[in-house]
Amino acid sequence: MKYLDEYRDPDAARRLADAVAGAVTRPWTIMEVCGGQTHTIVKYGIDHVLPPGVELVHGPGCPVCVTPLEMIDRAHVIASRPDVIFCSFGDMLRVPGSRGDLLQLKSQGADVRVVYAPLDAVNLAAANPSRKVVFFAVGFETTAPPNAMAVWMAKKRGLTNFSLLVSHVLVPPAMTAILRAPDNRVQGFLGPGHVCTVMGFTEYEPIAAEFRVPIVVAGFEPLDLLEGVLRTVRQLEAGRGEVENQYSRVVRREGNPASKKLIDDVFEVCDRKWRGVGSIPQSGYRLRPEYRAYDADHIFDVGGLETQESTVCISGQILRGLKKPHECPAFGRECTPHTPLGATMVSAEGACAAYHAYGRHLESVGVGRLAAGRV
Amino acid sequence: MCLGIPGKVVETYAEHDVCMGKVDFGGVFKRVCLEHVPDVVPGDYVVVHVGFALNKLDEAEARRVFEFLEGMNQLDEIGRPSREVPG
Repeated sequence: MKYLDEYRDPDAARRLADAVAGAVTRPWTIMEVCGGQTHTIVKYGIDHVLPPGVELVHGPGCPVCVTPLEMIDRAHVIASRPDVIFCSFGDMLRVPGSRGDLLQLKSQGADVRVVYAPLDAVNLAAANPSRKVVFFAVGFETTAPPNAMAVWMAKKRGLTNFSLLVSHVLVPPAMTAILRAPDNRVQGFLGPGHVCTVMGFTEYEPIAAEFRVPIVVAGFEPLDLLEGVLRTVRQLEAGRGEVENQYSRVVRREGNPASKKLIDDVFEVCDRKWRGVGSIPQSGYRLRPEYRAYDADHIFDVGGLETQESTVCISGQILRGLKKPHECPAFGRECTPHTPLGATMVSAEGACAAYHAYGRHLESVGVGRLAAGRV
Repeated sequence: MCLGIPGKVVETYAEHDVCMGKVDFGGVFKRVCLEHVPDVVPGDYVVVHVGFALNKLDEAEARRVFEFLEGMNQLDEIGRPSREVPG
């Protein structure tokens, strides 16, 4: 496909990897923020074509993974109601709550539906006026404009049977929390390309300056990530800590002004709990009070919820770049994509799920497609 | 989750006063909200996330990494004769 395939060219990838090797004089630890980037890195074996001194650690940028268990349980209580059509992106369906996942609820008769776009859920509300349509609004800043558009559209169309269950998270506060942690290992970041498509990258400039870390906003294809690593390494070697934009075919410095305005009209910043990480101040969005009539948190009383996380799982350390999936004693044994114990195994984009999908638990085949010469 | 796929806008239309369109993803056509992509016309490439165009794709910038690699090629060309000098 145009603007995808050419960024997967193996010869060009090797040339970029060689350029990284030529630029490195000492070891560096770089975190890719976004789960989509983690997926590409593991799928193509990009970490294995880099020189040994350059370590990629996987960040917290998988919103499905970091959605707290309480929120999943809340979704289950709402989805179980007979008057509700509960809509979600497909990757939330298999995330286990304290009592099973949404797919199991569906098999027990709950009306749970996968939608491709939040606006499809609005049309579903218009077509089913006697039912309450709830959309599970999970995501980073990338997903905030389509979710905001859905609730704005429902209001404009006068629909009173549509609401959002909001569990939105924001990238910059999470990066700051990682850098502030006393045991932090991260020296440079590959910034989240699609988050920055919406928000721009000015809010990353004070982070780069305060912590003197390079932040290279990067795309999601192998050449994007390799060029991002090259630019990050060049900054690290030169002692610089600045924001650069590798993904310039899509990202502008100011982001998308129309999207930012709609987000600001519909959402306000709030504290959020991240699964595996804990509470981070001012790290999420919730609906503004003007949109309370569309807020599932206010419409449905779910009562007190008690949740139980695994005591074995090390996903919190993985999400902060301190450990790799295969360092967990449960990885590939009691914890698999079919029986996930924690945050990083629950979604395909989680670091543990990506390692499992591409055979990283089987050492002999765990080198990835690019490193193995199969792209 | 933050998946964004580049696709080519085939047609645009208004729905409830919002700009929508049909977008071609390598032969698969999807209905996409184009409201936040100003001045979009058929033939433009947009990056789409959950049925919503996040931005236009800048086709000149899309070539940049290849120009960078081409520059590396030329450096190789410059470097090559010196390696061929008989020593």
